[in-house]
Amino acid sequence: MNDSRNLIEQESVLEQKHEETVTGSVVSHEDVPVFRTKDLSVFYGDFRAVRDVNVYIKAREITAFIGPSGCGKSTVLRCFDRMNDLIPTARVEGTVEYHGVNLYDREVDAVEVRRRVGMVFQKPNPFPKSIYDNLAFGPRLNGIKKKADLDVIVESSLKRAALWDEVKDRLKASAMGLSGGQQQRLCIARCIAVEPDVILMDEPCSALDPIATARIEDLMQEIKRDFTIIIVTHNMQQAARVSDQTAFFTTEVNPESDRRTGVLVEFDKTQKMFSNPSDSRTEAYVTGRFG
Amino acid sequence: MRRLFIAAGLTTLLVTVLIVYTLVKDAVSFFIDVPKYELWTIGWFPRRGFFDIKTLVVGSLMVTGVAMLIAVPLGLGVAVYLSEFARPRVRRVLKPIVEVLAGIPSVVLGYFAISFINPNIVTVLAPGANKAFNIAAAGVAVGILTIPIIASVAEDALRAVPLSLREASYGLGARRVATTFRVVLPASISGVVAALILGISRAVGETMVVAIAAGAVGGGLFSTDPFQPGQTMTAAMAALGFGSDQVAGDGLAFQSLFFIGFLLFVLTFLLNLLGDRLVRRVREEY
Ligand SMILES: Nc1ncnc2c1ncn2[C@@H]1O[C@H](COP(=O)(O)OP(=O)(O)OP(=O)(O)O)[C@@H](O)[C@H]1O
Ligand SMILES: [Mg+2]
Repeated sequence: MNDSRNLIEQESVLEQKHEETVTGSVVSHEDVPVFRTKDLSVFYGDFRAVRDVNVYIKAREITAFIGPSGCGKSTVLRCFDRMNDLIPTARVEGTVEYHGVNLYDREVDAVEVRRRVGMVFQKPNPFPKSIYDNLAFGPRLNGIKKKADLDVIVESSLKRAALWDEVKDRLKASAMGLSGGQQQRLCIARCIAVEPDVILMDEPCSALDPIATARIEDLMQEIKRDFTIIIVTHNMQQAARVSDQTAFFTTEVNPESDRRTGVLVEFDKTQKMFSNPSDSRTEAYVTGRFG
Repeated sequence: MRRLFIAAGLTTLLVTVLIVYTLVKDAVSFFIDVPKYELWTIGWFPRRGFFDIKTLVVGSLMVTGVAMLIAVPLGLGVAVYLSEFARPRVRRVLKPIVEVLAGIPSVVLGYFAISFINPNIVTVLAPGANKAFNIAAAGVAVGILTIPIIASVAEDALRAVPLSLREASYGLGARRVATTFRVVLPASISGVVAALILGISRAVGETMVVAIAAGAVGGGLFSTDPFQPGQTMTAAMAALGFGSDQVAGDGLAFQSLFFIGFLLFVLTFLLNLLGDRLVRRVREEY
């Protein structure tokens, strides 16, 4: 009971702010950042994994996070849907604003955040259920029960994820029987099915072959009309190809311990980041002269 | 050294074969010797030549049924709580407690059934129940014994569900309860069912508690009333063993012991086999 009341309050907190930013001002929708982090640091226990991150994520754009392993890309990404909450030791300092609301405010419900901010993971993780039930999972959580309604959502989500033609004859078959690339597109479709505002992708293609990767990249271009996307990738060409903005992170040695803390080095238009970066470390990294 | 291990293996095999052989030999000779109509009469009175098997089977089923009424909700509840809800610190305390429960000798629980469960629970809820011994009280105690098995096997199955599936669920905006019931439990269903089957197998095979608390000494009429004394397959066997007159003789009563034993063996063997299969299938599903 308490839960449901919270949920309704949350709904209104996020909704209100959203309205204000969208309708209440003269600035066009595109100019209002979906996310803005201020001096964001994330700790695992005592260890500061990443510090002082300041980025803003614009609506209907693709933002790429790049950088060497362990620099905190996933850690920062997982702040945008409060997925870090699942790790008991994780702790956040600074703010992550979503349409002006600090996601880490006490009255914000992480579950409500995740209904607006979807996530696609590195390893495809379909549920061991039928393709249909994978797609219907999110809508059912949101209280959609009628078969006809679910049918429509399942079909349109699969179409938007460019998977419909491949699976339309076997919606009742297990999702585990799909290829890796198909599974990943299924996960994207499953995400789309709840009509999120933002889709976070953590190395979505790292387990896929080049053809499956190309399909996902095409798909991202396709769906960016409707969704704001943040993608973590180790593939420089991919970042250059698909993204509008790029954030480059690296690690710095800590004076007080031997563990390295991630820092944001540079954040700019992708074109600039790859052709004329301001920081020499960015240049070294994007031209492959890193380390 | 190698030979020593081979010898150990062979000995175990030999013992198993010997047990099965004795069981089958006497079971078969009983089945040949017994007048078949005695297998379906008014009750189980082996020393008078009444070998009504259904009395025992129904008794065992009633005890197992009552036990499962207790153990399934509690065992699964504990498993779900430990694996999905408990904070690590709570878990560190609770899990050993459940394991201690598994270590309580069943004879103790037998006396607990007659000294506590029957007077304070069973006869209170069912005033007509037999004040000293009955199937229900024995069943509750067997259920308590079964909780740890169901809890630990089911918990293993739940915890084996990969984090990535939970993340997928939370990522779509599911709460913990929804994640537990719509993702984790369905994904581990064969392991959970295996836990239930192993629990049933344990309950069917439990002897000491029913011998003490179900209260049919030497024999009993066929009955389907769980609030009266009753016979189970295991307790009937134990009673035959305790009896002083015809023990270890060649009498039909003594041989009937092997016949029940054989039925019991087949039953629990099949249940365990099924449980094992399901446990193994869990690992293949995701
Ligand atoms: N659950 C955790 N507990 C403790 N430390 C963690 C945890 N997850 C990540 N870290 C640490 O935080 C730092 C950043 O990790 P993160 O996974 O965000 O890096 P990344 O940039 O995504 O790396 P990769 O490119 O390898 O995925 C690393 O030092 C890592 O060891
Ligand atoms: Mg990562």
